[in-house]
Amino acid sequence: MTPPPPRPGRGGAPLPLLLPALAGLVFLVLPLVALLVRAPWRSMPELLTSAEVWQALRLSLVCATAATAVSLVLGVPLAWLLARVEFRGRGLVRALVTLPLVLPPVVGGVALLMALGRNGVVGRWLDSWFGLTLPFTTTGVVIAEAFVAMPFLVISVEGTLRAADPRYEEAATTLGASRFTAFRRVTLPLIAPGVAAGAVLAWARALGEFGATITFAGNFPGRTQTMPLAVYLALQNDPEAAIALSLVLLAVSIAVLAGLRDRWMTAS
Amino acid sequence: MTMKDPTPAAVAAPRPAEGLDAHLVVERGSFRLDVALSAAPGDVVALLGPNGAGKTTALRALAGLVPLSGGHLRLDGVPLERTAPEDRPVGVVFQDYLLFPHLSALDNVAFGPRCRGAGRARARAQAAEWLERMGLAEHAASKPRRLSGGQAQRVALARALATHPRLLLLDEPLAALDARTRLDVRAQLRHHLAEFEAVAVLVTHDPLDAMVLADRLVVIEDGRSVQEGGPSDIARHPRTDYIAHLVGLNLYRGEAAGHTVRLDAGPAITTTEDLTGPVFVAFPPSAVTLHRDRPTGSSARNLWQCQVTGLETHGDRIRLALTGDLSLAADLTTVATTELDLRPGTQVWATVKATQTHAYPA
Repeated sequence: MTPPPPRPGRGGAPLPLLLPALAGLVFLVLPLVALLVRAPWRSMPELLTSAEVWQALRLSLVCATAATAVSLVLGVPLAWLLARVEFRGRGLVRALVTLPLVLPPVVGGVALLMALGRNGVVGRWLDSWFGLTLPFTTTGVVIAEAFVAMPFLVISVEGTLRAADPRYEEAATTLGASRFTAFRRVTLPLIAPGVAAGAVLAWARALGEFGATITFAGNFPGRTQTMPLAVYLALQNDPEAAIALSLVLLAVSIAVLAGLRDRWMTAS
Repeated sequence: MTMKDPTPAAVAAPRPAEGLDAHLVVERGSFRLDVALSAAPGDVVALLGPNGAGKTTALRALAGLVPLSGGHLRLDGVPLERTAPEDRPVGVVFQDYLLFPHLSALDNVAFGPRCRGAGRARARAQAAEWLERMGLAEHAASKPRRLSGGQAQRVALARALATHPRLLLLDEPLAALDARTRLDVRAQLRHHLAEFEAVAVLVTHDPLDAMVLADRLVVIEDGRSVQEGGPSDIARHPRTDYIAHLVGLNLYRGEAAGHTVRLDAGPAITTTEDLTGPVFVAFPPSAVTLHRDRPTGSSARNLWQCQVTGLETHGDRIRLALTGDLSLAADLTTVATTELDLRPGTQVWATVKATQTHAYPA
């Protein structure tokens, strides 16, 4: 029997690259392992079945999903505008759309308060005309999450749109489709994988949103207390509960990754 | 009424009410397209020209995908300059077909009727009929990526025809096909175009496609129409180097005085035609005879000293590029090329009989 030929690239990594690479890997994985090591496995069932945890988890899922829906409805057309329509100041608009991506979320929360708070620029009118108050409500949570998460979706969808061949839209037009019909029946199906990937990114970002939410919507159990807020609060009173809650979020994240892999990495 | 300032009605009146009447002017940067096109229903017109000549721009202007900078566009007497592409009675077969990859062949063809207001079931029934007519009934459920090049081309044609256009545009309809399918598809396309009752305009850089498919050719170079006419007329009387090269002719321009044509650049050519004034002279590469030594007693009136600059296989013959007294192409058999020991740099004498040349007014 002959030994298999040596695989190229194996064992060939030089130390100055290999060592930092391994250190980086450890740095990323170690905290997650620590979380598992310190998890109070015995009292876990009890911790996770408590009403508060379920309340926070349910609220988190509902709000993140609603924020993703808002991001889709507003963000996909915005991405289309940025990708397909030439207008003056397009670069500026794109920069403004991207800003929440790099803005500290707390600042986003303060800004939302200034805009939509009871005395905010717009919030004042919402209050006096419609009796609508947004801060410190569940709707406020959705708004805060959408504010932070939508740029992820817009950037992702715009990238997909730019990569998609615009001549398909032209072909649809010559067949009698209006620009909107062309978008709905041709472009949207073509960029569906990109939209879905963007939606998952936005959803994950919304699920983990902390700073803008606590600033704009506060921390009221059952109403505005999402999982990240619950984790933070629990860490101060009941660290074991905080670990348990963190594990739930970790599990959700892993599920999202697995879902992404099954749907998009093998499909294409 | 003065003739100097005709009213729009007076201009429109003598033109045919039916068919295409267009003067396309498109300016983009330093490029300017300025081409007049007219065709009666049933006509197939080919825009022939080298890459970058503006053929595709002309097609896109007809479809409304690029706006006209000037000129006019009327179809069956209706002005279309300001009509949005989706409202024009125009069908387009794109170069790489652009079949919607997420829709079946049937739904691709049904797309147009659906957009023009037909119900789902009706649109699909119409689409099924079109696919049947194209011999694609069994591929109705296939996604475009499962279709061969020739099948995809027919689906694209069916999709364009399903909206009952009054103007059918085809952009390099055979360019995406390999040589073998090309032959079949060309014959089928010719058949379908012959059946089409409205105006068809196709764009191609392949003279054979143009000559087989079209009744009339419009040759476009640098955004302008340089020659227009029937395929055989253009093949016999090319007016630019581009077409002469395409149809395999040596072409020169000069001043004729009787049987002698003094070329603008180079020597004189003796012809059988008796003409005066500016003329073109053409002769095929196969009319050229080559000699290593100056021929004596040859009856050929045209004798030039040249140098071989290139050789390439051309079917079962060798085509030589020659420069010297006159730049020309000559076709020789492989045997003759070997016997004469021709290679780049070889000095030769070229002769062409007057009876093999063809002169016509420029």
